[in-house]
Amino acid sequence: MRIYVCVKQVPDTSGKVAVNANGTLDRASMATITNPDDLAAVEAALKLKDETGAQVTVVSMGPPPAEGMLRECIAMGADDAVLISGREFGGSDTFATSQIIAGGLSNLGVGPEDIIFCGRQAIDGDTAQVGPQIAEKLNIPQVTYAAEIHKNGNTLTVKRLLEDGYMTVEVSTPCLITCVKELNQPRYMTVKGILECYKKPFTVLDYEALKDEPLIDPTTIGLKGSPTNIFRSFTPPQKGAGKMLQGSNEEMVKELAESLAKKHVI
Amino acid sequence: MSLEEYKGVFVFAQQVDNVLDGVAFELLGKGKDLAKDLNTEVTAVLIGSGVKGLADQLAEYGADRVIVVDDPELKEYRTEPYAHALASVINEYKPEIMLVGATAIGRDLGPTVSARVKTGLTADCTSLEIGDFPLVAAPGKESEQKHNQLLMTRPAFGGNTIATIACPDNRPQMATVRPGVMQKIAPIASAKANVVEFNPGFTPNNRYVEILNIVKAVKSTANIMEAKILVSGGRGVGSKENFKLLEDLAEVLGGTVSCSRAVVENGWLPVDLQVGQTGKTVRPQIYFAIGISGAIQHVAGMEDSDLIIAINKDEDAPIFDVADYGLVGDLNKIVPALTAALKAELGK
Repeated sequence: MRIYVCVKQVPDTSGKVAVNANGTLDRASMATITNPDDLAAVEAALKLKDETGAQVTVVSMGPPPAEGMLRECIAMGADDAVLISGREFGGSDTFATSQIIAGGLSNLGVGPEDIIFCGRQAIDGDTAQVGPQIAEKLNIPQVTYAAEIHKNGNTLTVKRLLEDGYMTVEVSTPCLITCVKELNQPRYMTVKGILECYKKPFTVLDYEALKDEPLIDPTTIGLKGSPTNIFRSFTPPQKGAGKMLQGSNEEMVKELAESLAKKHVI
Repeated sequence: MSLEEYKGVFVFAQQVDNVLDGVAFELLGKGKDLAKDLNTEVTAVLIGSGVKGLADQLAEYGADRVIVVDDPELKEYRTEPYAHALASVINEYKPEIMLVGATAIGRDLGPTVSARVKTGLTADCTSLEIGDFPLVAAPGKESEQKHNQLLMTRPAFGGNTIATIACPDNRPQMATVRPGVMQKIAPIASAKANVVEFNPGFTPNNRYVEILNIVKAVKSTANIMEAKILVSGGRGVGSKENFKLLEDLAEVLGGTVSCSRAVVENGWLPVDLQVGQTGKTVRPQIYFAIGISGAIQHVAGMEDSDLIIAINKDEDAPIFDVADYGLVGDLNKIVPALTAALKAELGK
């Protein structure tokens, strides 16, 4: 059994976010991290590896520096890593991204016992689309928002989070599961893992390597293969500053209560 | 794909246990605006088992037509039969625009269907309008400018930028829309829609999953998306017990307590009370932000509130940038004082 984990390197949007004058993100000045939901996916795969001895392969599509993130996943315990990288893949929206990753996974081979893990969503795009679209393009079942995963033979029992509770579903392999952060606590890299992460197999799949895949076609990848186009992008306008109340606590609350009453909002 | 064949604004009418979700009505409200601009009609797509009776309700909220896909396989939401149903409706009726609520169901269904019908999907939109793409035609390329396009606006990068996205060469133009963002219309009593039944047939395949059980969380609390007044607490409240101060304030005003993500992570309040990007989007008449620093992820979920009142001990907290009234100080002293002052003002 092989477990593929799709991971993405993202700018750390929880820290200070730098925005260029034209409204685009100043990625160069920001720290990059492994997308948090994807780390939960890595941990879910490593747990299954601990239980079943499965081979865990981490897969990312991105520019060459994403290698560092993939090596970190190996240092956590993954067996090997695949970086899908090429100029032809740049500018992809979710449709084209999922097309390329599905093409890459097909190329690596998705067997009847295999599982693909993804994060629920990446913190930069926030779309939560790539996982389900990969499942669609590989024609395999999917379960999104997984908060608990158990494996019995070739079926998985997955607890899927809903807004007002959860449902438990049973799905057979091969399948794709998207994980939420609440699923687990990702393990740390080990010293041994860090020492050995440069000795483990690392494959780069470029356009040449994938061009014969049925899913990969100049009209389905990159900017050309993306149905959606950015029309404009801007920084959200700041609302004008309100009124800072002054004085003692009693004076402040009295003024507030009176203005609310005067405005008839209470 | 011949784009001219695609007509009409379609809305996925999400239902669970044969009860329509509020987002279905919100999408109909927005769909009506878009349809007016395009001089076309709004169609609700109702998928489920034994759901035909809900069509009148969709008509009251603005649907001109309701396409019903009714089959026992559709009793509970499962990706495969629902994706088959919605994709088949799209292939048969060829909508120009397809809107889906960005719920746990919609965010699963939307991407699957968009990949199946090979079109673009913009996630979690907060604004939709009809316009030209590109906005200004490139000189000499006036004929390439497309009119009457759906321009889909959404926050990205954790709300730090806002992007407007178009889907000029594929149909339908698909968008998922955050619940709570669009406005429903006042229902038109006894309105009727043209009801069309369509069933593409369902044969279980390897992509069908089996549902073992569904557990609904006990609803201990009011729905914060419907509340007129929200008293929201953050990490600064300090403890679960301290939320009593906020409950007292909420009680005087007939409001509801809500919270930031930090509060949920600390286990002080349940997740269904969380406001923000990963929680709910709210737009009450008054939003009290108490002990909430105002991270962009939180502000994204409440900035459209009519009136924002922030109480925080840190005068540099970013919440004051969006607040209409700001009070700097110890919430343990200010909140009880405010409760008392409001009580007096209201003559209670």
